[in-house]
Amino acid sequence: MDEPIEKPGEEPVKNKISRRFLLGGAATTAIVLLQSSLTKWVQTAGAQTLIKNGDPTKITGAGPSTVGKRSLFEKPVRLTSDTSSRTPLQDLYGTITPSDLHYERHHAGVPVIDPDKYELLIHGMVGKPMVFKLSDLKRFPSVTRTCFLECSGNFRTSKETMTPQEICGLTSQSEWTGVMLSTLFREVGVEPKATWFLAEGSDAALLTRSIPVKKGWDDAMIVYAQNGEAIRPEQGYPARLLLPGWEGNTNVKWIRRVELSDQPFMTREETSKYTYPVKDKIRQFSFEMDARSIITYPAYPNQLERGWVEIRGIAWSGRGKIIKVEVSTDAGKSWNATNLQEPVLDKAHTYFRHLWQWRGDETEILSRAIDETNYIQPTLRQLIEARGISASGYHMNPITAWQIKRDGKVLFKPESFK
Amino acid sequence: MNRYVVVMASAMLLLLLGTTGFKSSNSLPRQTITADTSKWPSTFSFGKVATEQQIDSVAIAILPNGTGLPPGLGTPKEGNVIYITKCASCHGANGKAAAGEKLPAPELASDSISKIKTIGNYWPYATTIFDYVRRAMPYNAPGSLTNNEVYSITAYLLSANNIIKPDMVINAHNLYKINMPARKLFIPDDRRGGPEVR
Ligand code: HEC
Repeated sequence: MDEPIEKPGEEPVKNKISRRFLLGGAATTAIVLLQSSLTKWVQTAGAQTLIKNGDPTKITGAGPSTVGKRSLFEKPVRLTSDTSSRTPLQDLYGTITPSDLHYERHHAGVPVIDPDKYELLIHGMVGKPMVFKLSDLKRFPSVTRTCFLECSGNFRTSKETMTPQEICGLTSQSEWTGVMLSTLFREVGVEPKATWFLAEGSDAALLTRSIPVKKGWDDAMIVYAQNGEAIRPEQGYPARLLLPGWEGNTNVKWIRRVELSDQPFMTREETSKYTYPVKDKIRQFSFEMDARSIITYPAYPNQLERGWVEIRGIAWSGRGKIIKVEVSTDAGKSWNATNLQEPVLDKAHTYFRHLWQWRGDETEILSRAIDETNYIQPTLRQLIEARGISASGYHMNPITAWQIKRDGKVLFKPESFK
Repeated sequence: MNRYVVVMASAMLLLLLGTTGFKSSNSLPRQTITADTSKWPSTFSFGKVATEQQIDSVAIAILPNGTGLPPGLGTPKEGNVIYITKCASCHGANGKAAAGEKLPAPELASDSISKIKTIGNYWPYATTIFDYVRRAMPYNAPGSLTNNEVYSITAYLLSANNIIKPDMVINAHNLYKINMPARKLFIPDDRRGGPEVR
C-alpha cells in the first residue's frame, strides 16, 4: 500500500508537447485527450500518496489548475462570531492580508449584488446629481493604494490563553484599487456649502454613516478591487467606500448612495453605536484610528526555545506613518528601537522586527507604536485615566504584553478593564 | 556645451539624492494618491444624470431637523400593538429583557439609571429612531413597515422610555422637536494625535 499508484520516473509527456504539434490539425484532439487523462492520473496520484510516501521527488506532482489553493499543510482560518470574523494575525507574514482572511464585521449579513445592476447615486448639494454603473466607475482615472482597515471595537482581554487573532484580529490590510471620491465630487459639482456626506450601503441594514466632505476631497476612494482582483463580497462587492485610517464602520460596504448635506444625519451607527463614554460625556465622530501595535511572534500559543528569537509584529496608525516601534523584553523597564520593514506606508500596517536572546528567564515582552504625530501607543491604565472608568471597548489601543514563562510557554497578559 | 549639460545633470542628481538621503522616515514619499488633474477635461461624461424619480426611490435618510420625514402619523397605542407582533420576539416584551432572559437583540427601553444603553438614556435624536427602524427593522423583514407603522412604533418606543406621554400623536411636524435626555452628553471627538492620550 505504500507503493505509489503509478510508476514514477517517466518523463512528463505534457512538457514535451510543442506548440506546433498542438496546432497540427487532427492530432490536436488526441493531445487534448492525452492531457486530460494525464491530469486525472496526476490527481489520483495526489496529495494522500505524496504524504504517505514522504518523498516528493519520486512522484509526479499535480498539473496546472484554474484556481490555485493553499498548501494542504497550511490552514489559516478566520475566527467567526455571529456578526464578525477575525484575521489570524499570528499566521501571516508581511503586511498584506490574503483577501479570504480579511476580517469581517457587518450588521445584516453579506448581500449578493449583481454587478450589472449595481449603481452608485450621488446627489444632494451637488450641481448635477448622477448615477454611475460599475462600468462607469471603472472608466474614471484609477488609483491603487495600500492601507489597513480596523474595526473600532477591536479590543478583547479576558484570559491568558488568547491569540493575537482573539485580542486584535479585527484589523487587516489590502491593496485597494478604485476611483478617488474627489474625482466623482468634481464630476457632480459638489457645492461649497456641503460640509458632510451620507454614505449608504445596499445591505439589509442599509447601513449609513455621515462623513465630513473634507475627507472626501482628501483621500477617500470608491474601491472595486482588492489585492488585484474584484473586491470580495464580505468586503463590499462590487464597490465600497474606503476612508484610509478611519474606523472600519465608516468605510461603508456595498455603497449605493452618497448624499451631500450641510450637516450630519445622526444615523444610528454614529449615535447609538460607535460612540463611547469619556468621563461624563459621550464622544462622537471618532474617526481616526490611533496608533497601535501587537507582537504576533512569539505569542500564545507559541512555545519558545532558548537562544535567538526574532520578535515580530505589526504596527499602524490612522493618522499617518509609523515612525518608530519600540519593544521591551523586560516587562516595560527599558525599550529598544526595532527595525521597520520598508517601505513604511501612510496609514498602513508596518512590519517590525527585533532580535533578542532569550536565556530562559521569566519575563514579559511588549511593543509600542509611535506615529508621525508623535503619539505613543498608551497603556490600558493611561486610556482609563484619560477616559474614566466607564471607558468602553471602542477605540481602545493599549499596549499588549506577552508573558514568557520559564518553560518557554508564551501567554497573553490580561489586564483588568473596568 | 554637451559637457555642461552632463555636469548640470549630475549636479542636479546629487542635489536630488542629497535631499532624499537626508529625509527622515517621517517624510518618506507618501503613497501617490492624487493625480495631476490639470490635463483632465472639465467632465469625463461617464454615468448619467439622475432623475428625480431615481433619487426619490432611495433617498430615505432623515436629518435631525426633520428634513425627509414623510407624511403620516402614529400613536404609542398603535405602536404597542405592532411592537408585540413584529418586534417583541427579539427585543423583549416591553423593550426590556425579563429577569434572567437573554435577548437576541439590544434592549430598547430603560429607566435613566440603567447602565444599558437604550433610546431613553443614550439616543441623542428622536429622528434616528424613525430613520433606523424604517431602513433596518424588523431584522428579519427590513423595509416592510409602512410610514404610519414606523411613526407608531417610534411613538411607542419614546413612550416606553418615558420621553413622551402615552397619548401623544407623532408626525413630521413634532418628531424632530422632541427633546432627548442624552442629547446634552454628546461631544465631538477631541483626540488630535500628538503626545497627549485622550
Ligand atoms: C429577528 C430579530 C429582530 C426583530 C424581529 C426585530 N429586531 Fe430590532 N434588532 C435586532 C438586532 C439583531 C439588532 C442589532 C443590529 C445591529 O447590531 O446592527 C436590532 C437593533 C434594533 C434597534 C437599534 C438598537 C440599538 O441600541 O442601537 C432598534 C431601535 C430596533 N432594533 C427596533 C426594532 C423594531 C421597532 C422592531 C419591530 C418592528 C424590531 N427591531 C424587530 C433584531 C430584531
